[in-house]
Amino acid sequence: MIAQLTKHERQLALIILLVLSVCGLAMAVAGRDDPLGIHGAIVLLVGIAGSFGVISGYYAPEPSADRLDNYFDDPSRMAIILAMAWVVVGLFVGDWVAWQLVNPDLTFDAPWSSFGRLRPVHTSGVIFGFGGNGLIATSLYVLQRTSRARLPDQLSPWFVLLGYNLFCVIAATGYLMGVTQSKEYAEPEWYADIWLVIVWVTYFAIYLRTLVRRKEPHIYVSNWYYMAFILVVAILHIVNNLAVPVSFGHAKSYSAFSGVQDAMTQWWYGHNAVAFFLTAGFLGMMYYYLPVRAGRPIFSYRLSIISFWGITFMYMWAGSHHLHYTALPQWVQTLGMTFSIMLLVPSWASAGNALLTLNGAWHKVRDDATLRFMMVAAVFYGLATFEGSFMAIRSVNSLSHYTDWTIGHVHAGALGWVAMITFGAIYASVPWLWKRERMYSGGLVEAHFWLALSGTVIYVFAMWNSGIIQGLMWRTYNESGTLAYSFVESVVAMHPYYIARAIGGLLFLIGALIGCYNIWMTIRTADQPADERLADRPVPALAGVPALQPGE
Amino acid sequence: MFNLHYRIERKTIGFVLAIIGVASIGGAVEIIPLFTIHQTVEDAPGMRVYTPLEIAGRNIYIREGCYACHSQMIRTLRDEVERYGPYSLAVESKYDHPMLWGSKRTGPDLARIGSKYSDEWHVRHLNNPREVVPESVMPHYSWLGRTELRSDDLGAHLAALRKVGVPYTDDMIANARSDAYGQAAPDTPYAEGVTKRYGAATNVRAFDGKPGELTELDALVAYLQILGKLTDAAYKPGAAAGG
Repeated sequence: MIAQLTKHERQLALIILLVLSVCGLAMAVAGRDDPLGIHGAIVLLVGIAGSFGVISGYYAPEPSADRLDNYFDDPSRMAIILAMAWVVVGLFVGDWVAWQLVNPDLTFDAPWSSFGRLRPVHTSGVIFGFGGNGLIATSLYVLQRTSRARLPDQLSPWFVLLGYNLFCVIAATGYLMGVTQSKEYAEPEWYADIWLVIVWVTYFAIYLRTLVRRKEPHIYVSNWYYMAFILVVAILHIVNNLAVPVSFGHAKSYSAFSGVQDAMTQWWYGHNAVAFFLTAGFLGMMYYYLPVRAGRPIFSYRLSIISFWGITFMYMWAGSHHLHYTALPQWVQTLGMTFSIMLLVPSWASAGNALLTLNGAWHKVRDDATLRFMMVAAVFYGLATFEGSFMAIRSVNSLSHYTDWTIGHVHAGALGWVAMITFGAIYASVPWLWKRERMYSGGLVEAHFWLALSGTVIYVFAMWNSGIIQGLMWRTYNESGTLAYSFVESVVAMHPYYIARAIGGLLFLIGALIGCYNIWMTIRTADQPADERLADRPVPALAGVPALQPGE
Repeated sequence: MFNLHYRIERKTIGFVLAIIGVASIGGAVEIIPLFTIHQTVEDAPGMRVYTPLEIAGRNIYIREGCYACHSQMIRTLRDEVERYGPYSLAVESKYDHPMLWGSKRTGPDLARIGSKYSDEWHVRHLNNPREVVPESVMPHYSWLGRTELRSDDLGAHLAALRKVGVPYTDDMIANARSDAYGQAAPDTPYAEGVTKRYGAATNVRAFDGKPGELTELDALVAYLQILGKLTDAAYKPGAAAGG
């Protein structure tokens, strides 16, 4: 890692790590009576360990000038490994809390192991740990290929990747200590939020600096989505996390907004975290890996334009559908519902564009589990976006809101769409990145596919059932005109579905573990001649990826 | 239109600005008016702020992630009003930084849980939920009653809340720590200050049943017992029509 950095970059890395260490020390001292102090110690340790790492490699020979003739993929490789590590952690914690709802005593009788503290470890672990690292890995890979330009330098991609993972570690360890803003999917506290802004600006700078040096006249559609992901997540993150810390020695802060304004801001953030983190970023992934793996050009360039701008414009209005029948003014609820329904058009345009791209390659879908991951992801994307528009209708929402139906819906999206497209992209990328002919075992990819699919289907069906039963029990009246069921009767009715859900999640986790083993063995097997990838160079792209340019 | 796009997608900065512009419209139209339209939040002249002990309890509620399973927002639906009480008004959470409306009811809504059960019920329920509700799947929080409440920084908490708009007075901030003690110790001189500053109706009790010590359980029960009780606006006819 250090050997790839130029002398100047090593000096810069050292300065960054020293500044980080000083910040960690300041946090540790100022927050000695607070969880902030522990986070300060973690930051300090990371800074010191990193500094030693740079110093130990400081006098290694500088990389030769011909590094610029090759794409810079080392951060992508590391990001894939980190994504797989996070998915195991995130899925394990998720399944653990699922079993806690079956048997509430499955804790270690310790504060950190109760449902409320573990749940954000699960959500952040899979969304930010797994999804975020998957997006960094693929975006840097795709950006270089579709621009036919190398990343601008060696240091900033490493800074983004490692800095982002430091954010994830601070977030997850914070939840275990009870450090949370309570805003769903924006739980990390003020200091982690500030750090993420710094990392994110650097990430965007990499994008801009590479794009301006591109050798292709057009910016490829994947990069539109990756740019929308980076830009809009930055806007959402900064606005929703505006807060006043109790002091510089406290992890705790108080949100700048309160009550109804805070609710609207939070769900404007929350819904668009779904839209721009979990949808736009992964659509960028899909628009590269699916056509390349299928060996087919994108079905329609115009459809991709319509769906891109439709999603970018309309999603930002949809957040208020999380607040139907609440104290939020009705006009905002109605706007949210209207745009949520219209969103079906660009969503299905994307899903349809992906599936029609496979025309002429369906035999590959049959034979190739990697491509099948991507195909099923597009199907689940279509299903989940239809369901989302449906649930945003006020009268449907009156039944579904607050119930497990919502949980089922997000998992149809998260397991069926986000995780499937990411696994597909990872299985495609690993042989390319490590210059192998193929994955270690095609059979294990196949096994992972079927475990992931059956796990998702079991999970989603269980939650559909429990959610609808729950919603109906809460609103059922008996003949005398009073409510028929107490709340706890609805809790008891959930029990069998909670067991089924936990089993579905377990299958999904086992699939991911198989994936880890398969990737590990692929990396470990000796180098094979991979002459077809010799053309994988920045400028004179001979073979390249001919079917990929928009407008063709 | 497609020709225009054919040109835009060749310009990096133009494309970036287009994304920012197109994505900013929805949020701006839906969020900014909520701060400017007066009817968004009803008037509730008699509404009081949370006491320092209740704020501490609220922070424990957030720390333990209670919001992941309990909502605090009764919707305008007949069954919810009959199950939980009058539907929630925007004004009732105007001092909530952040709001805890929630998104999931693995357990019941808590917007009007205040005074519904006795302190002793809450203490036993938090120590072991299945002792009072055998079918419950809630985790137990038995360590709260054994953990002393950190109170030395409560003044700083109130001061931070004042910065974001909660009308705490200098008097309240200066006496935050003693008020936290006083609210859980009814027969001490500190108790008087609590009712003087926060109103005669403020609950002043040994919430965890142990008057001598101030625990996290005191704070959490004090918070739960005030939920839905900061104002009676929701019980007044026509309250929802707005100020």
